[in-house]
Amino acid sequence: MKILVCIKQVPDMESKFKIADNATWYDSGELAWRMNEYDEYAVEQGVQLKTQVADADLTVLCIGPQRVQETMKKALAMGCDRGVHIEDAESFKKDPFEIASMIAEFAKEKSFDMIFTGMQSQDRGSAQVGLMVAELLDIPSISTVVDFAFDAGKVTAKRELEGGIKAKVSCTAPALITCQLGLNTPRYPTLPNIMKAKRKELLSLPAADLLKVERKQETAKIYFPEKKGGGLVLEGAAGDLADQLIKILKENTGVLA
Amino acid sequence: MKALLVAEHRDGQLLTSSYELVAFAQQLGADSAMFLVGSDVSLPQYDGTLYLADIDKYSEYNPAVHKQLLLDVIAKEQPDIVVFSHSSYGWDLAPRVSVALGAAHVSEVVEVVDGAMVVPVCNAKLRRQVSVKTAKTVVSLQSGAFCLSDDPEGTPTVEKIDTDAAARVVFEGFEEAEAGGVDLSKSEVIVSAGRGIGKPENLAIIEGLATALKGDYGASRPVVDSDWVDHGRQVGSTGQSVSPKLYIACGISGAIQHLAGMKKSEYIVAINTDKDAPIGEVADVLVVADLKEFVPLMTAKLLV
Ligand SMILES: Cc1cc2nc3c(=O)[nH]c(=O)nc-3n(C[C@H](O)[C@H](O)[C@H](O)COP(=O)(O)OP(=O)(O)OC[C@H]3O[C@@H](n4cnc5c(N)ncnc54)[C@H](O)[C@@H]3O)c2cc1C
Repeated sequence: MKILVCIKQVPDMESKFKIADNATWYDSGELAWRMNEYDEYAVEQGVQLKTQVADADLTVLCIGPQRVQETMKKALAMGCDRGVHIEDAESFKKDPFEIASMIAEFAKEKSFDMIFTGMQSQDRGSAQVGLMVAELLDIPSISTVVDFAFDAGKVTAKRELEGGIKAKVSCTAPALITCQLGLNTPRYPTLPNIMKAKRKELLSLPAADLLKVERKQETAKIYFPEKKGGGLVLEGAAGDLADQLIKILKENTGVLA
Repeated sequence: MKALLVAEHRDGQLLTSSYELVAFAQQLGADSAMFLVGSDVSLPQYDGTLYLADIDKYSEYNPAVHKQLLLDVIAKEQPDIVVFSHSSYGWDLAPRVSVALGAAHVSEVVEVVDGAMVVPVCNAKLRRQVSVKTAKTVVSLQSGAFCLSDDPEGTPTVEKIDTDAAARVVFEGFEEAEAGGVDLSKSEVIVSAGRGIGKPENLAIIEGLATALKGDYGASRPVVDSDWVDHGRQVGSTGQSVSPKLYIACGISGAIQHLAGMKKSEYIVAINTDKDAPIGEVADVLVVADLKEFVPLMTAKLLV
């Protein structure tokens, strides 16, 4: 069985963001990078499936500049067998359709039985790439999955809907699943596995070899939203802050009367 | 401009979020038609053509078939823009339709500025204005971003639609949300724990403050997904919606899905080390502090 997991490297969302000079993206200089949270669930599900079925081979794919290899190594240490890095210094400019097309171009003749992606990325949050890959490959796909089972080529999954309701659905492999938070418990790579990961195959392919479509949208401008809330911001020593907050609550809410 | 609005139906009912699509079309000054896989027992109040496919025949989640029904209507109506809710139904169907049409898909639109769609980036810390290069556009709208100013009214002209496209995914039914949780909707004070608590042992700090304020504690999703707190206490779009007199968010960044569950609270306090955390947008007071230090101090002062 062949399994593909697609991951993205994203900035830590607690970073202090700055706008890049051309104002069409954020400045990537001083950010801390990590694996997109949703993709951790995708990697874990890939590894669990590989463990469940005999004779599986698990590839992790990532598009981006050189630095994404650090994130790929985490996926390899979690249990992926090999990595495919699609090298693209300007991946941040690519729209979801271009990204999906590159993945589909890579995957098209490799007959993966299962493909896992995150349901969305934490930075762009478009929730499009996984489903577009499936459409381009013409295989069934299920998004926002919080429960997954595989048995003799049959996929049974639960999709999460609003309010915590779930839809029970099934399809036949080959199929693609987009993983929602809480699908499983992503493992932490152990030290021996981190060492082992260093020896795993990590193939680099230039993006130009896979990009065969045109961009459908672009970022005209990126900016900080206007602060409209205008709430009070308290800073200082914790003890003083507590006194101030208690006073504010007494004046503005009925709960400390 | 012509818009095709993809309304939603769940479990026997039209979803009222469908009217947000109408508000969006009005804001664009677009003519519109509506598409719904639903039933004529729960029709939208809408003046215009409603293309209606029978949900009993085409089922709740059936992407390949819903996509074909929609593509047939698009071929007939030739809309410039196809509009979805950015919901579990919309974000699933929209990318499929956009691939089939070769149209750009702009996700989670929060506003339109000078005709350009604006979407959030990086947990709403940034915003992005998108320029679309295709003739047709597919958009999905952030929940609550566009609202009708008046109650919806009207009677649609229903046109029944059918397809013989084959399903690829089988819908086998719903599973209700886990019952038996705490009902936070009646709490007057809720203190919620976010991922910022760092480890499960620190939940006691949050519970302590909740007790001192005679309230209950809640949690954001990562805290629930890590099994530190039951799902019954999760606040947000996939948890409970609450509106207490006082909501204190401790170590919660303020993702849209969390805000969806608590922004109606009367008074909101956020405790966060990050001054730029998006929770600041809805908070009446943002205390920039480490919750592990601040919250126990605050609790101690309340108890004297
Ligand atoms: C379809 C869908 C549905 C979802 N439904 C929900 C839902 O119902 N409810 C929900 O909550 N989320 C939901 N989410 C997840 C949501 O998008 C966010 O991922 C989640 O709300 C983040 O939780 P958080 O704020 O606790 O964690 P984070 O975003 O990681 O934020 C942690 C915060 O803690 C702060 N912090 C860190 N250390 C400290 C410290 N020592 N003291 C003070 N502050 C500190 C950080 O600055 C940061 O702001 C959903 C997501 C999707 C895609």
